[in-house]
Amino acid sequence: MTPPVKERWKFWLTTLLVFVVVGAAISVPIIRSRMKRAARLQQQTEEQARRELVQTVPMNPSDPRVKAKLFWLSDSDSSALAPVTVELPLSSDPVLRSKQVLNTLLAGPVDVELRTLPPDAVLLAFYILPDGTAIADFSEALATSIPSGIASEQLAVDSMARTLEANVPEVKRLKILIHGQEVETLAGHVDLTGTFIVHADTSQAPANPVAAPAAGKVGAIAAPTLTAGSSAVKLAQQ
Amino acid sequence: MLLDVGNSQRPRLLFILGIAFLFLAGAMMTHALQTPSQTQQSARSESSQIPTPPSGQSATPVPTGPQSSAQASQNGLSVVVLDPAHGGTDLGARGTGGIQESEIVMEFTAEVRKALEQQGFQVVQTRQANDNPSFDDRSAIANAQRNAVFITLHIASTGLPGTVRVYVNSDLPAVTTANGFIPWDRAQAPFLGLSRKLGDLVQGMLTQRFKGSPDTAQSATIRQLRTTAAPAIAVEVSSVVVNDRADLDHMASGVADAIARGVAAFKPLYVVPTTGGVQP
Repeated sequence: MTPPVKERWKFWLTTLLVFVVVGAAISVPIIRSRMKRAARLQQQTEEQARRELVQTVPMNPSDPRVKAKLFWLSDSDSSALAPVTVELPLSSDPVLRSKQVLNTLLAGPVDVELRTLPPDAVLLAFYILPDGTAIADFSEALATSIPSGIASEQLAVDSMARTLEANVPEVKRLKILIHGQEVETLAGHVDLTGTFIVHADTSQAPANPVAAPAAGKVGAIAAPTLTAGSSAVKLAQQ
Repeated sequence: MLLDVGNSQRPRLLFILGIAFLFLAGAMMTHALQTPSQTQQSARSESSQIPTPPSGQSATPVPTGPQSSAQASQNGLSVVVLDPAHGGTDLGARGTGGIQESEIVMEFTAEVRKALEQQGFQVVQTRQANDNPSFDDRSAIANAQRNAVFITLHIASTGLPGTVRVYVNSDLPAVTTANGFIPWDRAQAPFLGLSRKLGDLVQGMLTQRFKGSPDTAQSATIRQLRTTAAPAIAVEVSSVVVNDRADLDHMASGVADAIARGVAAFKPLYVVPTTGGVQP
């Protein structure tokens, strides 16, 4: 006996519906994961493009190899900085030289635990004003990826100031920008509205209020040439 | 019965009821959104004696006339302004197991407040709830007080767990205007010496209890301290990276006791500086 025509339609419709539901249940998660992967790939490509755009200054092997001093965390005391001597072919041009040492600082030491700056931060631009004030513009990752806190933020800034101090005598002060903008703090604590003293023997006063790096009394995070007294820091009268 | 109507009337009645319900829900939401801002406004009008921070940073000065310093010297230190850092959308440092700095500093502040009040100090807080006043708003609360010190409380995301560090602002050379006012953005400058004394005393008390902490206060360029016209320190507890939140909770009473004893030891040393910012 064959079922009546109406009954057969019902059967095929139900079967079709079952197939649709089963098919959807299988394919939706696959489509979703593919979409996620595509979005991630696109993000990576953007990041890669940005990195290529602001590609680190290549070291020129013909430049004389000098012993550069880079300041990362001390392996005996993680709340202090310690100099590490690295032999690098450094340019004699102060801007190129600054970019080379800052990029080496960003690349981090052999022991990643001792790094002071987040690995995904990029130096976007660097230039030096005639009065010796260096402007260093970093990607947002410097502010967003750094561990939040007074100690960690101060160590990050001090590692840059002391590395520039040790390797680029032309830089007198350091002003840090994030993605081309002046920001109030690095990650909620350390003041970035001023400039940081790099070489204490500044003959010209800066145009902005000065936020000096941690001064003398605290050996841990102090710039070595700074003294505890206020004589180390000179401010412009506004 | 309300719904005991003819079949033809039922959809219309349901439609009207639905509209009424939506209207009520909308009104309640509008009311809920308006309430906090109104509360804030009334709170602001009540505290109208607090000087408004500048729209452009250096515009509004902090008065420290000879009269006020003489008054302060006579009266002595009586007020402690406690600043639980971060808050609102700014969670601060975040650690394992959902530990948030903005939340834990409130608990620490409550303990510190209790300990300071036991020592006879009046305590003013820069925030009472989970909101995030600006740096200038927090400084304005401190700068409106006479005979006060300012303590901002933080939990670090680095450092040896179980240690505490005290920070004072790095050197800020004092700048005064012709009329004897200190510019707002340099308000801390005349107080740096006192801040250092307060910081060293509090750090000393903390180090007795929390081994591995430094012996003296450290210097750092802290935004919050720069605009504060009072002896001001930052206390940072290490850290949000603990296995168990209870490890941090256990530190609260010890930190509170050490801060209260440090401030009490500082009290005899407290005088408003007579140089830098005071008109002759």
